[in-house]
Amino acid sequence: MIKVQRKPVADPGIEENAKKLTPEKIEKTINWVLTKEADIRLKTFVETCIHCGLCSEACHYFLSYRRDSSYAPVAKVRQTLWDMLKSKGKVDAESVKMYARIAYTECNICRRCSMYCPFGIDIAYMLNLVRRICGLLGVVPQYLQDQANSHMYTYTQAWLAQDDWVDTVQFIEDELRMDIKNARIPLDKIGAEVMYSPHSLEAKFKTNLLSNIAYILNVAGVDWTMPSFDGWDSTNQAMHVGDNETMGMVERMHFEAAMKLKVKKIMTSECGHSFRAAVYDGSRWLGWKEPPITYLQPTQFFYELIRDGKIRIAQKIKEPVTVQDPCSIVRNRGLGGMLRSIVNWTCEDFRDVNPRLEHNYCCCAGSGVINYGPPWKFIRMEGGRVKINQLKATGAKIVITPCHSCHKSIEEMIHYYKLDMRVMFISEILVQNMYVPEEMKAEKKTEKEV
Amino acid sequence: MYEFLTSPAFYDLLKGPLVWISCIVFIGGSMYRVISLLSKAKKVRVVSVYMSLKYSLRSIFHWIIPFASTNMRKHPWFTAVAFLFHICLIVTPLTLLAHNKLWYESWQIRLWSVPERIADIMTLTVIFCVVIFILRRIITPEVRFVTFASDFAILAIVAAPFISGFLAYHQLFFDYKLMVALHILSGEIMLIAIPFTRLSHMLFFWLTRAYTGSDFGAVRHSRDY
Repeated sequence: MIKVQRKPVADPGIEENAKKLTPEKIEKTINWVLTKEADIRLKTFVETCIHCGLCSEACHYFLSYRRDSSYAPVAKVRQTLWDMLKSKGKVDAESVKMYARIAYTECNICRRCSMYCPFGIDIAYMLNLVRRICGLLGVVPQYLQDQANSHMYTYTQAWLAQDDWVDTVQFIEDELRMDIKNARIPLDKIGAEVMYSPHSLEAKFKTNLLSNIAYILNVAGVDWTMPSFDGWDSTNQAMHVGDNETMGMVERMHFEAAMKLKVKKIMTSECGHSFRAAVYDGSRWLGWKEPPITYLQPTQFFYELIRDGKIRIAQKIKEPVTVQDPCSIVRNRGLGGMLRSIVNWTCEDFRDVNPRLEHNYCCCAGSGVINYGPPWKFIRMEGGRVKINQLKATGAKIVITPCHSCHKSIEEMIHYYKLDMRVMFISEILVQNMYVPEEMKAEKKTEKEV
Repeated sequence: MYEFLTSPAFYDLLKGPLVWISCIVFIGGSMYRVISLLSKAKKVRVVSVYMSLKYSLRSIFHWIIPFASTNMRKHPWFTAVAFLFHICLIVTPLTLLAHNKLWYESWQIRLWSVPERIADIMTLTVIFCVVIFILRRIITPEVRFVTFASDFAILAIVAAPFISGFLAYHQLFFDYKLMVALHILSGEIMLIAIPFTRLSHMLFFWLTRAYTGSDFGAVRHSRDY
């Protein structure tokens, strides 16, 4: 085991759970994952890697932490997988704690390093295996494990009971009618065109975002619905833990909800990981080559609505704007062009980032890192230095990003680095700037009438 | 030791049975490694169902052309050294006049051969590049962090035939007979090492690139270069 300098972080999910490990359990788990679950890719990648270090500059942690060698992608593989392979799983609990720290908190599985490796070695695949091992051993950041537990108990990320969900939708609908005449949030509509699958936070303390989506879909005249029953929440934190069984269960619930409602498509919320979980990790775990139903990320859905004239833009934003490309939908889906089209249609002064599109840096919050709570916040703020410097260099006042993790992370970094910027979702931009026909606008009641 | 290395019996062994053994191990071992990888990969559904010829070729193309990928452009000097090294490493032994003469004597086949001056320059280029690689391994912190003795060992395996060949041809420093024996021996060691060490990236480069190229291009609608 190699020792590197790290500030200690007190996370009971890692510290306390590691105390319960036994050498036998560690060895059995590591060998199970590395020999039974990992496929030929692991062996090929490990044997092909020539240790050239050319992946280093791909990693935002490496760049943000002043080129500290231990943050380079290959260094992370060295400190985790090579260590496990060399010792054939005979490692102590201290090593497992280090593996967990590296795989969960020093890698966003953003796959930028795979683009920079001359051999195309999928380094994220290997770090995901480390997460799987730590997940099976239960050595996981506590906040993240808590959310995975929530998926198991309530089928949502945020411990939200099913009746709370229906209640929330009803009050959002009520409030929406103050803006849009006879606005509807149709639940359980059989045969609708689109099922919207929100982020659980949109039903908890970010209800304005669900309201925004409902606003846009009402004005655009989309035939849509949401399930009133479990399976409505698009998030999947179990994927980040490495708990593939729960991840598969969550995705199966989404697919089954869509099948029950006989919808044609599912639109996820403006979220990167839920799209990745549905389209890649979850579908593959369940044995599907592609998801059994068309999955759309709002970037694509809104792009099509604007392109087809179903959403018309009334006025453009005048302030300088830039974008953050969420890894899950740009590097891993190629939606960067559509994101830029929407921004160009809705904003006057768009200043693109450098590097851009699939080469853009991760926000340092992806793959669950945003969810680790206060213990890890400082690590995340420092790890995002290269990201925030890149955004600052554009001179923009607004950062547009269709991803909850990117949004929250950049918002916090703006505060941490004391910048004069703000972050917006595409839906927020549209609600503020789309054309609403007069007949759809609710009559504003006077104070006396209210 | 010196007597043994320069003895006619050892020389006969080197240019006779050991040539055959090393060639058979190199070709047979390489075929075994590639075929066994392909057959195992075929059974891995998350790999095999997504493979795409078009995007495999797109990816390989962007990584065998100098400066065709972003990361190569980010490291122009290293890219130049790496390409020079690999080109000279493969071209020099195949186009060397002396090698071609030997093949012609044995099997009446020969490839186009380069003038000896150019072969000399290419040999020195390989040696120079290996020195750069060694220095980079020692000096650059992120490379040093993942450097082991085995990394120097494979550089030594690759450099040895070129150094000994150069010294033998020019009859510098050491006895010609000794150097020729070491040259043949080190060449055979390199051939045997290719399938079974990390030099196997010569075989697997194409396959790992094809996998990642397909995954990025055909599945994720994105570029990997």
